[in-house]
Amino acid sequence: MDLHKLSLSKQLEGLKKGDFTSTELTSHYLNRISELDGQLNSFITVTEDQALSQAKAADERYKKNNNFSLDGLPIAHKDIFCTKGVLTTCGSKMLSNFEAPYSSTVYDKLDKKGMVMLGKTNMDEFAMGSSNETSYFGPVKNPWNIEYVPGGSSGGSASCVSAELAPIATATDTGGSIRQPASLCGLTGIKPTYGRVSRYGMIAFASSLDQGGVIAKSAEDAALILEAMSGHDPKDSTSLKLDQPDLTNNLNNPIKGMKIGLPKEFFEKEMAPYVLKSIEEAIEVYKSLGAEIVEISLGNINLSLPIYYIIAPAECSANLSRYDGVRYGYRCEDPKDIEDLFMRTREEGFGAEVKRRILIGTYALSAGYYDAFYLKAQKCRQLVANDFSEAFKSVDVILSPTTPGTSFKSGEKTNDPVEMYLQDIFTIPANLAGLPGLSIPCGEHNGLPLGMQLVGSSLEESKLLQFAHSFQSNTDWHMKMPNI
Amino acid sequence: MALSDQELKEIAYLARISVKEESLPSLKKELEDILDLFKQLDEANTSEVNAMSHPLDLSQPTRKDEVTEEDLRDELLKNAPSVKSGLFLVPKVIDGEN
Repeated sequence: MDLHKLSLSKQLEGLKKGDFTSTELTSHYLNRISELDGQLNSFITVTEDQALSQAKAADERYKKNNNFSLDGLPIAHKDIFCTKGVLTTCGSKMLSNFEAPYSSTVYDKLDKKGMVMLGKTNMDEFAMGSSNETSYFGPVKNPWNIEYVPGGSSGGSASCVSAELAPIATATDTGGSIRQPASLCGLTGIKPTYGRVSRYGMIAFASSLDQGGVIAKSAEDAALILEAMSGHDPKDSTSLKLDQPDLTNNLNNPIKGMKIGLPKEFFEKEMAPYVLKSIEEAIEVYKSLGAEIVEISLGNINLSLPIYYIIAPAECSANLSRYDGVRYGYRCEDPKDIEDLFMRTREEGFGAEVKRRILIGTYALSAGYYDAFYLKAQKCRQLVANDFSEAFKSVDVILSPTTPGTSFKSGEKTNDPVEMYLQDIFTIPANLAGLPGLSIPCGEHNGLPLGMQLVGSSLEESKLLQFAHSFQSNTDWHMKMPNI
Repeated sequence: MALSDQELKEIAYLARISVKEESLPSLKKELEDILDLFKQLDEANTSEVNAMSHPLDLSQPTRKDEVTEEDLRDELLKNAPSVKSGLFLVPKVIDGEN
């Protein structure tokens, strides 16, 4: 049986009915990883022994009829989530030998519900990148065409789910790192409202923007696991004081009469004709389901990219100051004094993109530039957030492309950082405003998939997933998988 | 926006990242391209706007001052590059006679 062709809820049903065991399901995925991941490099660590022992424990619980809610379902975790006793590298040489002494809340919550960890997925170094080419552990390939990038920074999570080496994977999103790779790999990826998912044990990049979520094959699968990951965590001071939301109950409700906003500023941009065509076709689907289409304006949205490239590097320069070669991680050889230890450890331990962002952030926060850059960016961030608040008075969701186009070839944008940054032009605004956003597949061009983005009002993940599921119940873009 | 070599070296020192002399020109160009992006913010009128430091308008939560963390000292030290007698070991920090 092609177990990897089953949705998560079908896999769960099969486990409950005893059609197959978690050991069989887990072994099936581990076999696929060992057979296929050589060409993709989507995993940094495969936790085979741990996975099989977790699976065995789940099978025992099924036998005794005291199973947990997601018992025995496999999952891959982005290597940004700390997992106790397991290598947790964040894609960096700096943490290439780091065994986390504790687990992230995301891992713990899913572990307690019985999920089996297949391994840790590759990613751009410290989640900085849009092509998964900045990882110390080598670039990740797109299963649709291995000459192309999977997107980033959660490129390993997207690549492995797309190649069906894992049924679902955790991911994180600071400026588009869930939605952009989901779009480039033909998957469903959701970044919830800032504060929904605990950031405890999730290695920090830009703390006011970082948020955990999932990359899955459908909105239905994503809802099942995102629900289980969410909820208040006293260990994270920015975790919202709200119970775990119900994200699955609302999926099948009709969207008839609901309103979709199209931001005119996005559609005024120069857009590849095939992107526009796919988006227009998706809009037609929604119209046929009874949704109303409204043109809206987000007047300051075009400021998002410069705002982001001030705020994210500023926060990153502060967060990454902890990597000093003293307490954990990489240390340079034979430091002659403490200063040399810091300077060379950080020069040798960080890759080029991480160093660029630390330097930009240091500059933006330095005396004489703080007001002109950082403070100005924070004020502009408020303008962007205000635009969204205004827009959501009249619409339920906002629709746009997720990315300016389909995937691009490896190496094509690596020499031009600003060109790479433009990948996230549609996704960054939701992070600035802390809003939930998702990407679902809605087309293809030259054999590569393309996604559309839906952004919702604060805490409206349930509505976003409802829109995504109603699209997926009436189209089959999400069913298309690469031949690998 | 132009950066001088001197400015770049000062930023790198503030960030405690050593930069090799031969990589200065290319790094400078990359950083200048990024800084050029920032000019787009000049046109925004922000005179009436408060700075948004965070997406959540929350005050810092407090909790009871109780020990909740386990003692992980040995496990934490396992990840340290150099340890002696249960302490992190670094090159000499304070100048002076031994």
